[in-house]
Amino acid sequence: MSPASAVAIEGVWKYFGDFPALRDISFDVKAGSCLALLGRNGAGKTTLLRILAGLSKAARGRITILGLDPRAEKTRQRIGMLGHGIGVYEELSAFENLRLFGRLYGVDDPRKTATEWLERTGLDRVRDGLVREFSRGMRQRLAVARCFLHNPSLLLLDEPFTALDDRAIQVLQELLKTALAEGRTIIMSTHQLREALELATDVALINRGKLGFRGERTWEMLEDPGWLYRHYGEA
Amino acid sequence: MSFLGQTLAIAAKDLRSEVRSKETVNASLSFALVILLLFSFAFDPDSDQVREIAGGLLWLVFAFAGTLILNRSFARELVNDCLDALIASPVSGAQLFLGKCLANYALLMIVECISLPIFAIFYNVRLPQRLALLFLVMLLGTWGLTVIGTLFSAMTVNLRLRELMLPTLVYPLLIPALMGAIQLSTVLIAGDTLGEQNLFWFRLLVAFDVIFTILSLGLVEIVLVG
Repeated sequence: MSPASAVAIEGVWKYFGDFPALRDISFDVKAGSCLALLGRNGAGKTTLLRILAGLSKAARGRITILGLDPRAEKTRQRIGMLGHGIGVYEELSAFENLRLFGRLYGVDDPRKTATEWLERTGLDRVRDGLVREFSRGMRQRLAVARCFLHNPSLLLLDEPFTALDDRAIQVLQELLKTALAEGRTIIMSTHQLREALELATDVALINRGKLGFRGERTWEMLEDPGWLYRHYGEA
Repeated sequence: MSFLGQTLAIAAKDLRSEVRSKETVNASLSFALVILLLFSFAFDPDSDQVREIAGGLLWLVFAFAGTLILNRSFARELVNDCLDALIASPVSGAQLFLGKCLANYALLMIVECISLPIFAIFYNVRLPQRLALLFLVMLLGTWGLTVIGTLFSAMTVNLRLRELMLPTLVYPLLIPALMGAIQLSTVLIAGDTLGEQNLFWFRLLVAFDVIFTILSLGLVEIVLVG
């Protein structure tokens, strides 16, 4: 792991039963960069992100995040994870959800931080409404607020643009641009190549659990998002 | 925020969700009442037989109704992948487990405290003068049920047959605690004095609670993450 790496992945294998979902994956992610993690359905993107988030353990290999083990408390304090599920409680209000996660992440003033993030995501008018009464777009914006609430140094986003409405996409893109400008690191798996490649500084392509490509995002990729799959994708 | 503060935040979250949805307490309480009612048809409420089996009857009701609450403890976290959000947060497995235990314990005690007087009415049992001692037995026995049930609730959360698996796994492990709670409750409800032999059951209950609390705290991280 080089000193400038935020994430170092060395020879990671993961099995589901006998099936190897990840096969000898190795790469680094520079601090302050945005890595677009690409691949077809079932390629292993979510599995890798779950291991990075400390939700699952690799069968073999080594991962260090910001110089620490992914399950270390200090590491988790600095990670913001947005997975397939929105990770907020239906029976709590938007404010109660954010205050809860603020407390769990040890945010200095959870009430104030929750209020600020409700304003930033345009949910301040439904602050005390229960999540079960929210539309899909509102839920997604709340999930984005939960993910960014504690000022994470590393953002792990699993298909973050899926099912977002226009407003939520705009909110998320602005937040991601700001995060990058502030020097945070982003790893984002996605099928929405155009949105992802516009933000990404680096690209990794996984084909059936194996690393097919790892490098900087180029203008060719930006002009023709299918270029990477044609040159490095599975046959 | 401190270890205790984060633990209490998880417990408060579970209790607040339950107060709003009422999904487990209503189900558990209804189930307890139905069992009490059905068993009351099987026995003559005036017979001595009832007093002899009162403790057993009471704890069977508590254990059956309790698993309904325990089953939902981690299952409710599956909605919106909230369990992942909790595991990915800096909260330790022990804090998550203890927070869940505290919420479950409170809910179980509510169901038990409502069921107890109804049991007394249905079975014509006079609640003991030493009600505080019976309450102590309930506190100790229920903590054992809560700890084991919460751990196995986490273990079975991703199983399709978790409603069946949880009681199948929990009841055999609970036998020592249930034996202690049943023996002590029977003696107290019958109005007999507690002798040296009964103190053994008290010690057993305390030891069971301490041992399984420590074991569960040590195992929960493995259960949740692998």
